Amino acid sequence: MAALLRVDDLYKDFAGLKVLKGVSMTLERGHKTAIIGPSGCGKSTLLRCINYMETPTAGHIHLDGELFGETQNGGKYQRMSEKQLARQRSQVGMVFQGFYLWPHLNARDNVAIAPMKVRGMEKRAAYELADAMLEKVHMSHKRDEFPERLSGGQQQRVAIARALAQQPKLMLFDEPTSALDPELVGEVLKVIQELAAEGISMVLVTHEVRFARQVADHVIFLGDGVVVEEGAPDQVIGAPKHERLRSFLKQILEH
Amino acid sequence: MDVILGKIATLGPPLLLGAVTTVTITLVSLIIAIILGLTLALIQRARITWLNWIIAAYIELFRNTPVLAQLFIIYFGLPYLGYKIPSFLAAVIGLGLNGGAVLAEVFRAGIAAIHVGQREASLSVGMTPWMAMRYIILPQTWRMTLPPTGNYAIALFKDTAVVSAIAAPEIMFYARTLVASTFETAFIYLLVALIYFVLAFPMARLVDRLERQQRAWL
Ligand SMILES: Nc1ncnc2c1ncn2[C@@H]1O[C@H](COP(=O)(O)OP(=O)(O)OP(=O)(O)O)[C@@H](O)[C@H]1O
Ligand SMILES: [Mg+2]
Repeated sequence: MAALLRVDDLYKDFAGLKVLKGVSMTLERGHKTAIIGPSGCGKSTLLRCINYMETPTAGHIHLDGELFGETQNGGKYQRMSEKQLARQRSQVGMVFQGFYLWPHLNARDNVAIAPMKVRGMEKRAAYELADAMLEKVHMSHKRDEFPERLSGGQQQRVAIARALAQQPKLMLFDEPTSALDPELVGEVLKVIQELAAEGISMVLVTHEVRFARQVADHVIFLGDGVVVEEGAPDQVIGAPKHERLRSFLKQILEH
Repeated sequence: MDVILGKIATLGPPLLLGAVTTVTITLVSLIIAIILGLTLALIQRARITWLNWIIAAYIELFRNTPVLAQLFIIYFGLPYLGYKIPSFLAAVIGLGLNGGAVLAEVFRAGIAAIHVGQREASLSVGMTPWMAMRYIILPQTWRMTLPPTGNYAIALFKDTAVVSAIAAPEIMFYARTLVASTFETAFIYLLVALIYFVLAFPMARLVDRLERQQRAWL
């Protein structure tokens, strides 16, 4: 069986600025890969290319054995229509550094709206699903609150529930705790850890190196748009080979 | 006292009849302006260069010329092209086109004020760009632009006075006719002002309330 996610030789330029310079990775079902690296090295860009929020300059993505974001006829690749792309994106959940809950909807509706509008679920079924997902992130008690009345950690947990309600094959996390006050980081990491233990496949971009070591089964160190070093967490974080990785870890673990 | 009541009894009914037309013209023009403004704001987002040029030209043209001139051109100019239209229609077309230019800017700014992350979150859960607009961006834009739209509606309501110039039978038109036959100039315009005030004041209060609510929400 094909890997859940395959990223082949991905390149991304922004108006001449080369951000990704040939990144490849694979993720098996139920596995968790953590991506670490210095600010500006292209971690977010890689994640955003995986669900085609950005269109890669070159390279291809396969999800569950299926070409993602593109159609192929003959040897030619072409970006999908927005409609087809939306259908594929619904298989991938994304959690943003800035949460981006929708402020005009309460927690429950934030979670239920995609099941209703994207998948055409009945309102009752969508609410049942939303309640179950909010339960998972320990936010049932706040389901009627609007985002402005939730703390950052609570907002991020609702955002995770929103992504889970897609019942995605893959979850992408882009520094889910970087915008949080230190005392709120723990509650979000706990939820992610529980999801990991449940066997949900994920790619996690994070600055929380210790956390990455705990939950991930594979760590990628991205430097300047290329994979500098990768492997088992104990090896990459515990016994780094490259000097750049060593100094990055030293800097980050000093805090 | 009786004299005044007597005057009101004779002058009031035609003015109120005019007020009905004034309100009708306001509502119809407002609906045209909202639909047009929103449509233009949405088209502008598609970033089709030549279309955006045309829209920008339209907006600037209507924002930088007097409404009166626009009305005259529509009412007296269209017949030259073979389209003779009644004054009511000319009035709502003129005010509607003018308002469309004003509201296109209001809605464009309102849409642009929604953080791009809101849209990306929508796309990430599998919404199409249209669904993101419909369920996520526009509901927020709508709430945000309600006060400026309300203020525009009040201004429009008062500006309908200009359409008397093309003989649409609204308050001002009746007022002038009455002045010509009774010479009660000051008294008639006092009544006119009173009618405008009674209608506009509650609207202004409502807009104020919306503005306060919105500040609490943001
Ligand atoms: N839409 C864009 N247009 C132009 N440049 C961009 C765009 N998005 C990202 N970049 C640039 O690409 C580079 C990599 O950005 P990216 O956000 O992927 O870094 P990152 O590794 O996620 O950093 P951080 O840890 O700060 O989040 C940066 O130099 C950034 O300025
Ligand atoms: Mg980033």
